[in-house]
Amino acid sequence: MDLQSILLSLKAIVPEMILTATGCLVLLYDLLIPEENRGVHAGISAVGVITALFSVLWFGSERIEAFSGMLAQDTFGSFFTVVVLVSLLLTLMLSRSYNDWEGIQKGEFYALLLFSSVGMLVMAKATDMMTIFLGLELLSIPIYVLVGFDRKRLSSVEGALKYFLLGAFATGFLLYGMALLYAATGATSLSGIAAFAGKENVFGNTLFLAGTALLFVGFGFKVSLVPFHMWTPDAYQGAPTPVTAFMSAGPKAAAFAAVIRVLVVAFPESHPFLLKGLWVVAALTMTVGNVSALVQDDVKRMLAYSSIAHAGYVLVGLVSGDRLGGQAAMYYLFVYSLMNIGAFAIVMLLSEGEERGYAIENFRGVGFRYPVLGALMTVFLVSLGGIPPTAGFVGKFYLFSAAVKKGLILLTVIGVLNSAASVYYYLRVVVYMYMLPERAEEVRPRPVGVGVALALFIATVGVIALGIFPKGLLSFAESSILSIFLS
Amino acid sequence: MQEYLPVLLLLAFAVVAATGFMVLSGLTGPKRFERGKEDPFECGMPLFSDARRRVTVKFYLVAILFLLFDLETAFLYPWAVLFRKLGLFGFIEMMVFILILVVGLVYAWKSGALEWQ
Repeated sequence: MDLQSILLSLKAIVPEMILTATGCLVLLYDLLIPEENRGVHAGISAVGVITALFSVLWFGSERIEAFSGMLAQDTFGSFFTVVVLVSLLLTLMLSRSYNDWEGIQKGEFYALLLFSSVGMLVMAKATDMMTIFLGLELLSIPIYVLVGFDRKRLSSVEGALKYFLLGAFATGFLLYGMALLYAATGATSLSGIAAFAGKENVFGNTLFLAGTALLFVGFGFKVSLVPFHMWTPDAYQGAPTPVTAFMSAGPKAAAFAAVIRVLVVAFPESHPFLLKGLWVVAALTMTVGNVSALVQDDVKRMLAYSSIAHAGYVLVGLVSGDRLGGQAAMYYLFVYSLMNIGAFAIVMLLSEGEERGYAIENFRGVGFRYPVLGALMTVFLVSLGGIPPTAGFVGKFYLFSAAVKKGLILLTVIGVLNSAASVYYYLRVVVYMYMLPERAEEVRPRPVGVGVALALFIATVGVIALGIFPKGLLSFAESSILSIFLS
Repeated sequence: MQEYLPVLLLLAFAVVAATGFMVLSGLTGPKRFERGKEDPFECGMPLFSDARRRVTVKFYLVAILFLLFDLETAFLYPWAVLFRKLGLFGFIEMMVFILILVVGLVYAWKSGALEWQ
């Protein structure tokens, strides 16, 4: 590679470079300042994230094949960069107050969040299996640490260990799948695999089929699809709540970005075979996630199971396998990040500390005593349940209408039935807030700081505005998905 | 497959030599059995404890730090060999790499990971 192409390549990873530099800065600055000032890291990190967001606006629309085809910056990558950065920004706003309450205010927390996000951005832009793997590892390892960040609390460490063991195992699957695919095709680049699949009859090629299957098992772990979802409830419940909120948004979006790119770029010909498998997984994921969420009495755990179900809804868009489905999935991932982080923020405010849990009993009478919190929680839950006029409804509408257009009637019926069932457990919280008498001993919400208030404001405005005016985000998603379909 | 013949020969030679020496020493060597022969390692020192005991977690920290800088060397070597060819840009790129590692080192140092209390 000559100097010119390296410099051009660097232009494709500007947001990654900004986040890395910010992470290093936070790590070093943490050593210089006294313990009680550590909240300032949230601010420094937020400045870095906002700068990165602006850099996406400046450079993001240009298509650049970087580093000899290992990475590509296109509108598709930029879309997911925006999703990850927005989730990261909201998480930073929540973390500052939360870390003070729980006594885990440390610079490493923010540095790890930033480094993990770099991995997500790499994964969203990766066009080669090696870069996908690199991004995935960079994404996962800081998240393992963050789940166990509250190391004095047993549930946090337990969640981290479970997540780490299963995650490392899943990485093995993914890597083995990549190795088999390389053995079968002689290429690690997605376009190389596509070229091979276009020439040869891949259905008779056992290596190729086994590699593909293992690759998708690995991805299934990361986005917690049934039957690879076992780690999700414990890891989500044990993790510090802002980390849980982030895990359900950023890493999931990044992993789905890689899945979409692999499906579209590497397997355009062998689609039917893969899509049948994903059909079954999508139906299972929605059903198991929702049925398990029905019986949860801990709101945080309920949201963990509901996040499994939502991965299933997104997968319906991928099973459609066309432009409309992909576009709907991307739209849904964005709005899901907003509403889920919002819901976790309220859950975080209405608790008496991680040790005491997040029992649904805490929500009794909240709607009247704290009307703003109650109203916001209702908005997020209604959106998660997919009721108009929220963004959650529009997202589900597009996902299922894309599936119907493709003739996936049975899958759509399963999805809609699931969505109806999910309304039960979302609205159950609303019933507790507005229709049940208050508890004898009152749960005082945590004091709402500027950061948390701002995060709630952004999430609420996003959920409602994107529900009423979905056009802008949808056309952004459309041009993004086109940028990989046509390339 | 012609080019794999030397590999196959080497493999065959290795197997024959290894098994040959083991069989030979088993047949011809003197045999004296004592308690000490049952130790996992014969080094002339009597054993003083079981090998299966708890090891302080500090070793893991040292091992991880070692791994980091060991890998750094793995990257520095090829760079040093191709230093002239890579030119100024290679130099800058390597400095960025080392800078990131140094950030990690400074962090580890300052937060006391290198102290052994």
